[in-house]
This record gives sequence, C-alpha cells and structure tokens, in this order.
Amino acid sequence: MRFARRAWIMAWKDLTVEGRSKETLNSLFFFALLLIFLFQFALGPDRERLTAALPGLLWLGFILSGLLGLGRTFVGERDNDCWDGLRLAPGDKSAIYVGKLAGNLLLMLAVETIFLLLFELFFDLDLVAALPGLALVVGLGTLGLAAVGTLFAAMTAHVRARELLFPVLLLPVEVPVLLGTVKATEAVLLGEPLGAVAHWLKLLVAADVIYVAIGVLTFDVVLDG
Amino acid sequence: MGLRKAFGTTLVLDDVTLSVRPGEAVALLGANGAGKTTLLRILATLAHPSGGTARIAGFDCAREPERVRECIGLVAHGTLIYEDLTAFENLRFWRVLAGAPAPARDVREALAAVELEPYADERVRTFSAGMKRRLSLARVVLARPLVLLLDEPFAGLDQRGKKWLEEYLQAFKARAGAIVMVTHSFGRQLAVADRIAILAGGRIALDRPRPAVSADELMRLYALHTEEAP
Amino acid sequence: MWFSTADRRLTRVLGWLAALGLVAGLAMGFCIAPREVTQGNVQRIMYLHVPTAWVAYLAFMIVLVASVVYLFTRSVAADRLAQASAEAGVVFTGVTIAAGSIWGKPTWGIWWTWDARLTSVAVLFVMYLGYLLLREMIDDRERAARYCAVLGIVAALDVPLVHLSVFWWRTLHQPPSVMTPGPVSLPSAMLAALLVNVLAFTLLYTYFVAKRLSSLRREHEAIA
Repeated sequence: MRFARRAWIMAWKDLTVEGRSKETLNSLFFFALLLIFLFQFALGPDRERLTAALPGLLWLGFILSGLLGLGRTFVGERDNDCWDGLRLAPGDKSAIYVGKLAGNLLLMLAVETIFLLLFELFFDLDLVAALPGLALVVGLGTLGLAAVGTLFAAMTAHVRARELLFPVLLLPVEVPVLLGTVKATEAVLLGEPLGAVAHWLKLLVAADVIYVAIGVLTFDVVLDG
Repeated sequence: MGLRKAFGTTLVLDDVTLSVRPGEAVALLGANGAGKTTLLRILATLAHPSGGTARIAGFDCAREPERVRECIGLVAHGTLIYEDLTAFENLRFWRVLAGAPAPARDVREALAAVELEPYADERVRTFSAGMKRRLSLARVVLARPLVLLLDEPFAGLDQRGKKWLEEYLQAFKARAGAIVMVTHSFGRQLAVADRIAILAGGRIALDRPRPAVSADELMRLYALHTEEAP
Repeated sequence: MWFSTADRRLTRVLGWLAALGLVAGLAMGFCIAPREVTQGNVQRIMYLHVPTAWVAYLAFMIVLVASVVYLFTRSVAADRLAQASAEAGVVFTGVTIAAGSIWGKPTWGIWWTWDARLTSVAVLFVMYLGYLLLREMIDDRERAARYCAVLGIVAALDVPLVHLSVFWWRTLHQPPSVMTPGPVSLPSAMLAALLVNVLAFTLLYTYFVAKRLSSLRREHEAIA
C-alpha cells in the first residue's frame, strides 16, 4: 500500500538521521542520567521514600525527556526548506504523521528503556518481574504522549517561543495519560494483577485511539495551507 | 498543460495575469521584493492567493493542491536536502514520499545526469554548495514533472553546471514541459526563455516574446518599470 | 455588512437582559434563598460558582463546534466565534476556580484542595489559556485560525478523559469529594435561585461573546 510505504520512508528517514547524528539520543541519555541524580538529591537517601515515589518519578522522567525529544521532531525539517518539501510531496499527509509518530515512538521507547535500566542500576530495583505488565503500560502511555506530541510539535514548529509553548500546550492535555500510567505502573510494580487497573488501561487505550485519530485527521491542516 | 489564469491578490500582488503554454518558458524579472517569489510560491501551492485563481494543468492551485503537486517540480532557494543522508538516500526519500517507485537504477541515472554519481553514497554534509545545488536539480530530474517552477536556478552553479541546466531546460521544453523561471540575471540564462515578463507594482508590467527584445532594450525597459538599475 | 445596526441593538438588548438577570440572580441568591444550615452564608457563593462552571463548559463546547465548522468551511466568522468563546470561557473558568477557592477557605480552612472537580477545572483552565497563548504567538491570522481550531478540538475531546481520570484519581484512594454543590435535592427556593443565576450568567456570556465578535470583526476589517 502506498500509504504504508510513505509512512515507512518517513519513519526510516527520521531514524536514520537520528542514528547517524545521534544528537537527540545522546542528549536524552545524559538527561536521563542527570534526572536520576536530581531525583536522588531531591528525595534523599531514604529507600522507602524512593520506592513509594517510583511510579511517579519514572513517568516524570519519561514525560520530561518526552518533552525534549518530541519538541525536536521537526527540527530536521527546518534546514534547507525541507518543511516545504514535506508539503510539496503529493499524497495523503497523514502518512507523514504516522511515520513521524512511529519514529518518535521508537525513539521514546529507547530512552525509556535506558531510564528503566538506570533506575534498576542506581536504585537497586528488580523490574524484571513486572516486565510484561510494565511493557504494556509504558507502551500505551508512550503512544498517548507521542500521538499528541507529534501533532503539537508540528504546530509549534514555526511559532515564536516554541520551546515554551510546546510543553504548555502538551502537558494539560496529557493529564489523563499521566494519571493513568502512574496508577497502572504503581499496581504493576506492586505485583498486582493487571485486572485490578483494568479501568485505567481502558482509559489509556481510549485516549490513545482518540489522540491518534485526531492526529491522522488533522495533520494535513497543520502541515499545509 | 501549464496554463495559468488571472490573479488578483494581496498588497504584494495586485491583479497579476500570466499564462504559459506547454513547451514554453517564461522568465519573470523584477526588483527585489516585487513579489516574484510570492507568485512562484502560490503556483507551487505553498501559499494561498487572497483573490483570483492560479491553475496548473487545469488544476486549481489553492483548491486541488495535491493534484498540482503531482505535476510540478520546484527548484528554489532551499535545496530540500537532509544533510545526514547520502545523495542516493535523499533522492530516494523524496521519491518514495511522493508515493512513486524509486528503483535504484533511476536514482543513479538522475545522479549521473548532474554528474554526482561518484558521490552517490556519500553524506551530503560533505558536499560543496554547488554539489548541493546539483543534487537539488537531480531531485527534479528524477521526478519528471510537467511544469518546472524555478527561482534563480542558475545561482550557485559553475560554468559546466549552467551549461548542463540550459540543455536540460531546452530538452524539457522539447518534451512539452512548461517553465516559469524567476531570475535576476540578464545574461545567457535568458536564452532559454521564450517570453520575458516584468513584475512591478504588483502587476505584470511587461510581457513580450524574448526574441523581440534586445539586451539593451531589456535593460532600458527593466529600469523604466522598476525604477532601479538591473 | 450584514451585522451592523441590528446587531448593535441586539447586543445592547442582550446586555440589559444579562444585567437584569444578574440583579435578579443576586437578589435571589443572597437575600431570598434560605441560609444553609451547616456552612452559613459562605455557601451562597454556590450561586456564583456553579453557574460560572456551567457557562465555562458551554463556552468550550462552542469552541469545539466553531473549530469543527471552521475546519470544514474555513469561515472567518466561525474562527472569530471560537476565539471569542475561548476568551469568555477562560474568564468564566477563572472565576469558577476563584469562587471555589473562596468557598473552600472558610469552609474547610484551605485555599486549594486537590478535589476532583476543582482539579479538572484547573486543567481545563490551563488548556484554554494555552489556546489563547497559541493564538497570540502566531502572526499569520489564517494559520492561527487553523492551529487553534485543531487545538480546540483536541482540548474539547480531552475534557471527558480529564474528568474521568481525575475523578478516579481522587475517589479510589480517598473519600469522595467534599465539595459538592449541595445535595441533588435542593430546597426549591435554592434551586430556583440557582437556575435564575445559571440563566443570567449564560446571558452574560452571550453578551460578552457578541461584543467581542463585533470588536474582532472591526479589527479584521481594519487590517484587510
């Protein structure tokens, strides 16, 4: 299918460029490291406190790095008029959105994996047991962040004060995702069955569906004239 | 093919009317800020007119942009290049994004046409400015559009590049393609144009077949209409 | 100009009606309605807090409708409506939060509680402040209209999600919200006062929007 091929090449381009320049990935890796230190300093050495705050800290970390990473999604298009190039490419523009979304998703999941590894390392935690449930929650939450984030990144790409406007627009919209993922992560890390937080998971799925649908339907309005 | 109609637009362009037939090339001249680039962008569906209509190949630029985009090739100031990709990958990317097949043979042919084939697998970041311009032209060569929209296409090219472009444009016209070329130069490059138009005061102040205008007369007319030395 | 004098007259009538409604509402809320037993006179702020909350939601629904209409028709009037409604909505949301806060202080001794309703409204407030900010930051009018329409749709569709998530967040681990606007079975005098105020504030909102629409139209015509 043409749509799939076009979305694929968009994702391929983003990931290849990122893979070669490693700008975003490297900075986010160090950012993750620094955040871990910040959390430690802010909360003190008390292990119980850290464990209790863990789900929240995890998602704080994910969201903060998501803000940095997602906000940069269209930076590559700023040089050499590539943004115009995207507009000039004939065909359904939502393929570009889907491609960007897929690329962002993979990038964010990579950063989050690093985060989890660092958490496990520095705070001596055992996350392996909770892995399947954790993977599901992280996947759903990240999709929710990336879906709106990619759309808003396109919107703020050409706006003054974009680094400030992007988080201001994204964060309130993501409140349901934040609440849902923290609660679900909490349950998963405590070893509870996923059924206990089924309502949160359903909320996340609903949010993801709505966000991606809006993104697919309105991306060409944002990209184009 | 390549027909365009009346325009009445904003403060920048005020009632511009121009048309181009297939196999014809129009050179658009004018002072800085006269609105040449704006006009070109409207034709390229990158900007919307405030009034009037622009049509390419029968499709309305503002209402059917996707159909128009399938027919046009734009070479403007920006080279549409991703610096971290190779020349080959850059061309392939734009082709596939346009929903067209991009067999390696065709891509290499396009690169060969602009004499970049030996550098096909090198990252564009290492290219000189002239090479980047040529890659930008290769992109259009590969796309084989019906209408070419050019904004100072000869800028940044060396002598060989300019000669190549001239030949390419002549061949393009021979294949019944239409060309709108915005330019500042009065030299050899105008040879490719069949008509010369001057955009001044928001209107087309002059629209004559090129053979009818000698170089000196052109300079005189230009100065007259734009109140500036060419 | 199809609005002009008829429109001005209509707006003035609206203004008078709103003023009348507010006076009536105030009278009913603060004098005629009975004093609430447990909370005393502070409870009367409900006659401000609930109607403004209602109007805020109405305003944002209008933003959603106007945004969708704009995306389909690209009608500048629809965009102006979205802008005017968003501005009014933000004002009313602000008043709702302030009123809720003022209600809370003497009643429970705190300025802010992470109560489900207040938190939802606060998130709403920030979302639409963002909307206004986006509009201000984009110079190109047409692009601003487009982007704000998309944002308006995202925000409005997000509202139920926000509500649900905040509500679950509060009620599954804490006792249910204490800040209810009173039991559903209000004594009829209170209910009547409440309804009159709701109507009055809705009229006030309509008046604000109408006035803002005409000022926006004048602005646009001046530039064009």
